[in-house]
Amino acid sequence: MHEMSLVTDLFEILEEKARDEKALRVTAVVLRVGRLSGVVPELLETAFDTFKKGTIASRAELRIEVVSLKVRCRSCGKESMTDEPVFVCPWCASPSLEIVEGQELMFQRMEIEKDD
Amino acid sequence: MVIPTGKEIRMEKKEVLVLRDILGTNKKIAAEIRKKLRSKGILSVNLMSSPGSGKTTLLESLAGRFRGRFRMAVIEGDIETEFDAERIRAKGIPTWQITTGGACHLEAKMVGKVLAEIPADLDFLFIENVGNLVCPASYDLGESLRFVLLSSPEGDDKPKKYPEAFLSSHVLVLTKVDLIPHLPFDPSRARREALETNPSLEVFEVSALTGQGMGVLEAFLLSALEKLRSGHA
Repeated sequence: MHEMSLVTDLFEILEEKARDEKALRVTAVVLRVGRLSGVVPELLETAFDTFKKGTIASRAELRIEVVSLKVRCRSCGKESMTDEPVFVCPWCASPSLEIVEGQELMFQRMEIEKDD
Repeated sequence: MVIPTGKEIRMEKKEVLVLRDILGTNKKIAAEIRKKLRSKGILSVNLMSSPGSGKTTLLESLAGRFRGRFRMAVIEGDIETEFDAERIRAKGIPTWQITTGGACHLEAKMVGKVLAEIPADLDFLFIENVGNLVCPASYDLGESLRFVLLSSPEGDDKPKKYPEAFLSSHVLVLTKVDLIPHLPFDPSRARREALETNPSLEVFEVSALTGQGMGVLEAFLLSALEKLRSGHA
């Protein structure tokens, strides 16, 4: 359960960006969370809703896009997608795979309101 | 009475692209730590495992083997207490305890805070992470090598159940192998499934209590130190 630490880091970025943009408030936060990032989206939501109170994002909605695992085979070079952490290439059965996507914890974008 | 002019509700809505890694700050601090330690010729090792897998016992054993030959220091991460730090200090090893007060993992900034106090003439710096096979995997601490420990009583199915820890490590140490005759633990399954998750893992089987396999692990650490100092790591 390290979601609270992650949300602390998330808010550092959020507040910096909100200042740069002269935002009055942040209304939505969009994250890309990899299937193998070690993070549970529901726990991240709980941590976010706890942390946002009294901040510029106090009414912000958190949207999480879960990124499936995408692997590339080191033997045949083909890429495949999977929802389960299986580590065998479906094309050639080689166990030697590298992860292309699915480990990220990316703050993609946010929606703000500012003075006209 | 304030009459609304409509101005204060004329709000512009805007979408802002951020595209920042949430762990970016941690990664940046970790990269600075790694650079600093490497420039001093110090090999840093981050030890991760469940609680009770034998991280502290492994360090006690290494402390005994290195005595008088190599200089090591230890950073101990725990939620509470200095129990582990006291065990390592009893072996004459300089040790810094980080108590996280509830946090389930160490972060690079915590390591950065104690780094200034660590002697510059070391060979090895071991960072014993908080006992937890999940959260520490997400945090780079600036180590040169990441070890994941799996003890025989935990079961041979852990590499598939906790893939992040095995994926992000360089070395798997199967510990407490002296207990295997008494347990339904198949070291070849643990090894095979860990390698399916991460084919580049180096795997060692040790018992820190009996000393079994410790010589091979020690030789690996010495060769890693040599590579680091010759700039090939």
